[in-house]
Amino acid sequence: MTIQPPPGAVPTDPTPGPTDAPASAAHAGESAAYPQDVFIPGEPTDSAVVPEGDRVGKGAIHLVHLYPREMSIYGDLGNTRALAARIRRHGYSPVVHQHHPGSAFPETVHLVLGGGGQDSGQVRVEEDLEQIADRLRGLAAEGTPMLMICGMYQLFGNAFITVEGKRLPGLGILDVTTQGNAKRMIGPVVLDTEFGDVVGYENHSGSTTLGSGQAAFGTVKSGFGNNGTDQTEGARTGNVFGSYLHGPILPANPALADALIGLAAERATGRPFEPVAQDDAFADEARTRQVRRLVKR
Amino acid sequence: MLRTTAAVVAGKAARAASRLRGGGSALPGLVAEKVDPGFLAHALADVRGGILVVTGTNGKTTTTKMLVAVLRAHGRTVFTNPTGSNFTRGVISSMLGELPLRGRLVADMAVLELDEAHALKFVAAVKPTHALLLNVARDQLDRFAEIDHTAQLLASLAEQTTSGVVLNLDDSFVSRIRDRVAPGVGVHYFGVDASIADRLPELQEQDVRFEDDFVPPTAGPDDGLLKPSDERSFEVLFGDGAPGSGTVGPLELQQRGLAAMINATAATATARMLLGDAFDPDRAASALRAVTPPFGRGEVVDVDGQPLELVLVKNPAGFTVALGTYGTTPVATMVAINDNYADGRDVSWLYDVSFESLRDRGVAVTSGVRGYDMALRLQYDDVAVERVEPDLETALDAFLAAHPSEPKRIFCTYTAMMALRRVLAARYDLPDIGEEAS
Repeated sequence: MTIQPPPGAVPTDPTPGPTDAPASAAHAGESAAYPQDVFIPGEPTDSAVVPEGDRVGKGAIHLVHLYPREMSIYGDLGNTRALAARIRRHGYSPVVHQHHPGSAFPETVHLVLGGGGQDSGQVRVEEDLEQIADRLRGLAAEGTPMLMICGMYQLFGNAFITVEGKRLPGLGILDVTTQGNAKRMIGPVVLDTEFGDVVGYENHSGSTTLGSGQAAFGTVKSGFGNNGTDQTEGARTGNVFGSYLHGPILPANPALADALIGLAAERATGRPFEPVAQDDAFADEARTRQVRRLVKR
Repeated sequence: MLRTTAAVVAGKAARAASRLRGGGSALPGLVAEKVDPGFLAHALADVRGGILVVTGTNGKTTTTKMLVAVLRAHGRTVFTNPTGSNFTRGVISSMLGELPLRGRLVADMAVLELDEAHALKFVAAVKPTHALLLNVARDQLDRFAEIDHTAQLLASLAEQTTSGVVLNLDDSFVSRIRDRVAPGVGVHYFGVDASIADRLPELQEQDVRFEDDFVPPTAGPDDGLLKPSDERSFEVLFGDGAPGSGTVGPLELQQRGLAAMINATAATATARMLLGDAFDPDRAASALRAVTPPFGRGEVVDVDGQPLELVLVKNPAGFTVALGTYGTTPVATMVAINDNYADGRDVSWLYDVSFESLRDRGVAVTSGVRGYDMALRLQYDDVAVERVEPDLETALDAFLAAHPSEPKRIFCTYTAMMALRRVLAARYDLPDIGEEAS
């Protein structure tokens, strides 16, 4: 397997297969500002356009979703969608950037998201991740909120050790190391976190160990978590969160979503977050029902 | 031989017992398999006209039903497994009803719908002569974990097929498999005509692999291409579509939508391969016209003089197609989402579907174990939800009562559909599940 040169601004290869060619046309191409972007179900097509004048509201918040094509197999685009929708409901304006392999990383960044992918997707982004590594490390050090799920959580760690013992280095933003495993850890999860109960769904074969002093994202009340043995799930360093939880994690756990938005809003506007009360009745009911189902008391 | 007879007897007894209890399609197969591990190979030994496996993520049941109808219209006796019993033991269970005691099926052909993983278990017992590989999509990732893995399962099936395969021309996960078949095995394709290629993204996954020295195949004279002439009617073109090319149609199906038309195209291309010169386009067309939708795939129940459609949804591609197909005629809508094993336990996929087409009418009820998660998903797409009621029967009653004199539609996952259908069957006149395809 050889890695091809980065495809540039429009990532359709010169001999597109029948699957690739029409995809951008039907889902994003005609009206979207950036034809290479993937369709985020529910998002307006002008979601990547920076608003002007009085359309900005309390301020524009720039989100970057890393590798939406390669690394969003389990509905993780739903996190970006949920954040953009809630940013609007709080009276701010979201600007949703999609970062693709080989494209330029956005200048203005207040919030970064990443999801899970297949092995083939992961291989495809590695080279680009190396290119933007310093930028991501810089943003993390400045306190930019980031949420990395599953595959991207692993790539934000120190390294991934394959089943064959090969060491693939990660970004080292989170002090975690992941060991490839034959067995998959699959199923619904309930965590205890600083944001209260957090529910989601895990599906990973990597087994992750926290470095000494590395904080977890949560404590497992039901499910496997990082490794199925030490009750930890995910990791948090500064405002960078890593977790295995799909679901996607944010819609059913609005406290976490609003914490990320609050941090981003402060960075975007230089003022404290000015939230608007939200109707989270469905989210709260969906979450508490999962907790009741899964946590034995 | 004695062992097989014993297996048939034991299996038939278990089948009778489980039918009396009203369920359990796999148990009789398990009993027969335990008594005679070579049961399957033995049972199919006299089927000389071809043993064909249909697999892929979406459309197995509908395509199998269409293919069987076309073959039977050509006078062939065909053994098939009824709707949904697509695990190896389910196949054996359904055979037991037709087997004479010596345990050899009397049929010209066998057309078996198999789940992707179970197709390989079947192949370990019996090498199929032919295979129809439909597509690869995200479905029940719990079970198959990754699309690449599912694609490998299909490739492995193709490698072990002895005479001919039919591949999806437009799904590069599947068309790539052409390079994996054994020497001498024929490769045919089904696909869509260039005039509607822009609608393919509604139906399938993107292949993000990048070792692209892969040049996609192009259709030859024996490959069937779908060409719709308007919203409802279509042709399956072979070659240049001229008289004598074998082109089928124009015809209209009883089931609506692009997905059903593609299934009909796959069935037609496959029937043509199996029947060779005996293939008759007119017979094929009339057989396809008469096929009723399998249960839960757009099945319509008459509820007090108003149609109630049951639409099975199980993955993003399928739900998106279903919304596209039915969204053109908005009606009172209920959505029921369970998260049992057969539904897919992870409901994340609901966020890969856009529900904006439901915005105008809203959704009357969401239900199922994950009814609140569905309501939450709809809330994010600004689709109003009148009511959330996790209990399926209560939700159904509320739905029927709130919309008594208009057409209704329920989108539901597999186990939610089975439960709803059971309730409906007790009240209205419905064919039993598992009976109508036989």
